[in-house]
Order: sequence, then structure tokens, then C-alpha cells
Amino acid sequence: METTNTAVNRSQMTVSDEVAIQITNMNKWYGAFHVLRDIDMTVHRGERIVICGPSGSGKSTLIRCINRLEEHQKGQIIVDGTELSSDLKNIDKVRSEVGMVFQHFNLFPHLTILENCTLAPIWVRKVPKREAEETAMHFLEKVKIPEQAHKYPGQLSGGQQQRVAIARSLCMKPRIMLFDEPTSALDPEMIKEVLDTMIQLAEEGMTMLCVTHEMGFAQAVANRVIFMDQGQIVEQNEPYEFFNNPQSDRTKLFLSQILGH
Amino acid sequence: MSDTHAQTVPFVRDTMLPEAEPPASEMGAVKWIRENLFNGWVSAVLTVLSIAVVAFLVYELFPWFANSVWNANSLTECRQILDGATGACWAVIRVNWLQLIFGFYPPDLYWRPILAFVLLIVAVAPVLFPAAPKNLLYFSAVYPFLAVWLLWGGTIWGVLVAAMGFGVGYLALRLLGSFGTLIQTGGAVIAALVWWILLAAPIIDVLSAALPIGIEAVPSREFGGFMISIIIGVAGIALSLPLGILLALGRQSNMPLIKGVSVVFIEFIRGVPLITLLFTASLLLNYFLPPGTNFDLILRVIIMVTLFATAYMAEVIRGGLAALPRGQYEGADALGLDYWKAQRLIIMPQALKISIPGIVNTFIGLFKDTTLVVFIGLLDPIGRASAIRATSDWQGIYWELFIFIGAVFWVFCFGMSRYSMYLERRLQTDHR
Ligand SMILES: Nc1ncnc2c1ncn2[C@@H]1O[C@H](COP(=O)(O)OP(=O)(O)OP(=O)(O)O)[C@@H](O)[C@H]1O
Ligand SMILES: [Mg+2]
Repeated sequence: METTNTAVNRSQMTVSDEVAIQITNMNKWYGAFHVLRDIDMTVHRGERIVICGPSGSGKSTLIRCINRLEEHQKGQIIVDGTELSSDLKNIDKVRSEVGMVFQHFNLFPHLTILENCTLAPIWVRKVPKREAEETAMHFLEKVKIPEQAHKYPGQLSGGQQQRVAIARSLCMKPRIMLFDEPTSALDPEMIKEVLDTMIQLAEEGMTMLCVTHEMGFAQAVANRVIFMDQGQIVEQNEPYEFFNNPQSDRTKLFLSQILGH
Repeated sequence: MSDTHAQTVPFVRDTMLPEAEPPASEMGAVKWIRENLFNGWVSAVLTVLSIAVVAFLVYELFPWFANSVWNANSLTECRQILDGATGACWAVIRVNWLQLIFGFYPPDLYWRPILAFVLLIVAVAPVLFPAAPKNLLYFSAVYPFLAVWLLWGGTIWGVLVAAMGFGVGYLALRLLGSFGTLIQTGGAVIAALVWWILLAAPIIDVLSAALPIGIEAVPSREFGGFMISIIIGVAGIALSLPLGILLALGRQSNMPLIKGVSVVFIEFIRGVPLITLLFTASLLLNYFLPPGTNFDLILRVIIMVTLFATAYMAEVIRGGLAALPRGQYEGADALGLDYWKAQRLIIMPQALKISIPGIVNTFIGLFKDTTLVVFIGLLDPIGRASAIRATSDWQGIYWELFIFIGAVFWVFCFGMSRYSMYLERRLQTDHR
């Protein structure tokens, strides 16, 4: 387990010994294309992991396998003690424990913000409507947009929509959150508001896996950075070492490209 | 210094300016005519031509309408009244309108179809308008059985036992709960079919012998006129939408069997003219059904019309499904919604909204296609009209009857079209 925590606020974030996600020897193919190769990875509860790597390296595919939006063909993925297989009950169980935030928000345009947030708690968790709405308002306040609750997604800015998407996931009280490039579809001035929300979440001890190229975010909150290339994990380390002392040539090249300009 | 001062010299208005009219060329009729009718020489020529055509039509048709005869008992009488002038003989509608609406339905029982029609409006209200009380939906669920009983009459046990078929299906659904969705659904459908085909008839006999409750029965062959168009049209519309949704989902399924069956069904039905299906319903089915079965002709036609509309409906809805971004499915999946919940809460509301114009188009087509049943001997309005024209009183009349029938169909179809526009506006939430 990671021990060196450099950022100030990181002292509040605790990582326990409990395993949240266990991936062993996982492989995935798209047809004949071997997109993920021998992935081994253990995520402990409370860890904040940033995954980066060049485009097409399989980052999205990896985190989408964790809630089985994609199916893996070989190896094992255990999330919160439940193994992902073709058993639909297990899949639904894992999905209701794991929140996911997408690059393009994927809010439901025909429902209001509040309805977006209460839909899954009401229909999946069977929470009474009243209670679901209270929870939703609580999380909308947390992402600082309670006043938008009765608008439709199309009436909100990109940054606001992404914060709604985060609130919507949180309403399911997930134990793990997955983020797939949550800020890369946003204008620069909106990136910060989303990152602030994510940092706040990290400070509260949420287990997070985040695909992002926001290296400032990685340095501030991650306790581990994973670098992927060609479907493999090439290097992983705690952020300070990762950025200042990369080992592999591929990592060095990648870092020089994204930090270079 | 003095310059700046000059520019900022204090000013106080002491008289307020009154509101002035814009110049005449920018106002009202003049502006409208110039912009819409004489905007360039092409549009000027077209405007003049259109006016000429309209004027000609009015000149030709006006006397015909103006001289309309309403009170007469035969075409000859009409002609006597007109005395050589051209004029419409609307008397034919006046004399025959009850037949055009009800066919040969017994006149002392007209109240039954009328009541069924009024209740139809009550039953569709909660489906069509959000302002209607939601509790009415229970009535909507009961309505089909009530309407069948009112229209055809007979023992009450017929519709009650038919309704119980759904209960039997639901029971099977619960009992097979642990076997997985496919077996569960299949089992429920089979149980319901067994009930309807094998068990229903003897059970009805026993019950109506034990407790004869009923109203006077009216056989299908006495049905006719607009009543028959509305019965077939409404049943077809109400059934083809849900079946079309299932079929569209079936076509998208990743289970090869379900997908295959759906594709074959859709492509077969779409490739065959409706009239052949109707002939099949009226003639061929007799060969396939066990001998002695008395399978109502109107029911057969409803089934065929529904199957036909279902195939088109499925394709329309598939278009709506294809227009949804993949992210919507993923968003629903990631929240842990299962397949049916995702379809019901996320996918279908959006896909159906996109497909509204196509769906209503199919409905309108279906409703107008009900006139085809005349070819298999059902006396729908067209059939009634032909029968009226064949009588010695009205031989030789045709414009008035067909204009009337066309106008009634137009009112219904235009209503559907306006409703679809209202619905599209109401459901517009994407703020593009
Ligand atoms: N559904 C699919 N079918 C076939 N190939 C796919 C599919 N989805 C992704 N791929 C391929 O798999 C590889 C990995 O894709 P993935 O989306 O995981 O990359 P990524 O690391 O997330 O890239 P980016 O930074 O551009 O998002 C790519 O080469 C992509 O072309
Ligand atoms: Mg990606």
C-alpha cells in the first residue's frame, strides 16, 4: 500500500487494507483485436487512482470492464466481493454499487435534473420518492447546483451537466466511482468546477478510478498513477515519483508530450 | 476640457414623444401582401395563377353547393326540386346517415355503440392528456372488455372469461419466476393461449348456463358503416403500438432466435399487400382453423389489420431507437437499471418521442385502410355507400356520398395529426 503522501489535504484521505476491486490476468478482445492484455490490478478501499496513456491504449475499455459495460473474455474481475460473469444478477448488483461518470455526461434529456437523480434510487434501490428527492437535493447542493433541479439537462452548461452526472451517480450511494475523461468535453473555464467536485469527493474517502489527462488533478489527489499503452499497464507509481522520476521510455515520451507544451 | 464638457451637457426631456405608426409599407396587410404574395416576379405570377384557379373552382362549384337539396326521398325527387339546375342532393345523407354510421345494427340498440363511443373518449383521456386524472387508467384497462360486451352483447361471461386469460398469463408469469425471462414469458403466453383457445368456450358455457347474465346479442354481420371503421381502427391502433414496440425490440435483440423471428415477420408482412391478408382472414383461415370453429370475421380482420400495422410500427420505432445515442443505453446500464426498466424509463420515452410523426402516420394509414374491408364483404362506409347507390331510389348518385365519407375520415385523421403536433410540443425538453 502507498505510504508517501505529499499533498497537504491528502493526510485526511485514508486507504484501508480492504480490497475494493481485484483484477487478475484479465484479457479482452474486440473481435480479433487484443485490446487489453494481462491486466493485474488491486484497488483498495479509499484509493484514488488516475489512469493515463495515449489515445487508443485501452483506458476506457479497462474501466468499462469494471462495471461490465464491456465484457472481458479471460481472467477475473471481482468488485466488492462479487465476481463479474455472465450472471445478470451479479452485473446489476455491481452496477448499483459502482458509479460511473462519462465524457459526454449521458444525462437523460427527457427528464429534469431532479428526475435524473431520483430515477435509479427509486427503480433500482426502491427508495420512496420523497426520500430519493431529499437525497438528490442533498447531492445537488453538494455539487452546487440545487437551483437547477427543475430544469432539463439541455438548459445547463457542460460543466453543470457533468456535475449533475456526478450527483446522479452519488445518489445511488456507490462505494466506488469510475470517471472516464470527465473533463475532456468541457471548455477550460468549466473544467475547474468539475475537478473541484471530484477533489471534494476524494477528500471524503471515495474509492475512485479516473481516466484523465488532468495532471494537476493527479498530483493533487491521486495516490497512484497508472500508465497504459497498447492495452497493457506499463508503469504505476505514486504521483510524485511518476511525474518526476518515470522509469519506462514510453512513460517518459508520453509525459514529455502532454507536459511539454 | 471644454470639449468633454460640451458632450456631456445636461439634458432633461420636458415633453414625451407619442408613439408613432410605422410607415404604411411596413405595416399590416400591405407589408404582408408584398412579402408573401408579390415577392419577386415568380411569386407574383404564381399568386395570380392561384387566384385564377381558385376563382374558377368557386365559379364552377358554388352553384352546386348553393343549390343543395336537403329534403327529398330519392334522386328523382331531388331532380324535380332542382328543376334542371345543378345542385347537390344532400338528402341522400339526410335519409341514410344512420345506416352510414351503424350499418344494420338494430336501431333500438343504437344506444350501445353510442355509449361505447362516449366511454372510449373517457378511456383514452388519461392516455392522451396529462391533465386527466390518473385513476382513470384503471377504467382504460377495463374498457376493451366493456366495449366488446356493449357492441356484441350476449352473455357477460364471454368477456369476463376472456379477461381471465390475462390473469392466467400473469399467474404463469409469477409461478415461473425462477426460470429466467425467456421461459417465463413464453410460459405465460402459452398458458394464456391455452386458456383462450381450449378452456374458454366450455367454461363460458358452464357459467352462462349456471348464471345467465347478458344483454341481447348482435352478430357481426349486422355491424357496418363508420362504426366498423372505428372499431377496427381503434383496436388496430391500440394493439399495434405495444406489439410494434415489442417487435422493434425483438429485431434489435441479440438472441438470434428472437431476432430472426422478428425480421422474418416484419419483412413478410411488409412485403404483402393488406388486401391479401384480408382475403386470407376471410377465406383461407377457415382451412387452417379446426372445423366447426366459428371465428368472428371482424375479429379476424382486426387481427390482420393489427399484424399489418405492427410491422410498419416496428420499423418506425426502430428508426427512433437507432436515433438514440449509445450513451443513453450506457447511462441506464451504469445506474443498474435492468433491460426492461431501461427500456421503459429511458429508451422508449425518447425513441417514441422521436417516432411520433411516423407513428401517427401509420395510425392514419391504418384508419384509412379500414375501408379495404369492403372487399371481403364487410359493409364499412364505402360498402354502405355502394349499397345505397344500388337501391332504385338513389341510383346514379355518388359525389355527395363520397364527399361525406371523405369529410368524416378527414376529420378523424386531421384530429390525429393535430394531436401529434400538440404531443411533440408538449414533450419537447431537449432545448436544442
Ligand atoms: N466497440 C469497439 N469495437 C472495436 N474496437 C474498439 C471498440 N471500442 C474501442 N475499440 C478499440 O479499442 C482500442 C482501445 O479503445 P479505448 O476506447 O479503450 O481507448 P482509450 O485509451 O480510452 O482512448 P481515448 O483516450 O481516445 O479515449 C482502440 O484502438 C479502439 O479503436
Ligand atoms: Mg477513452
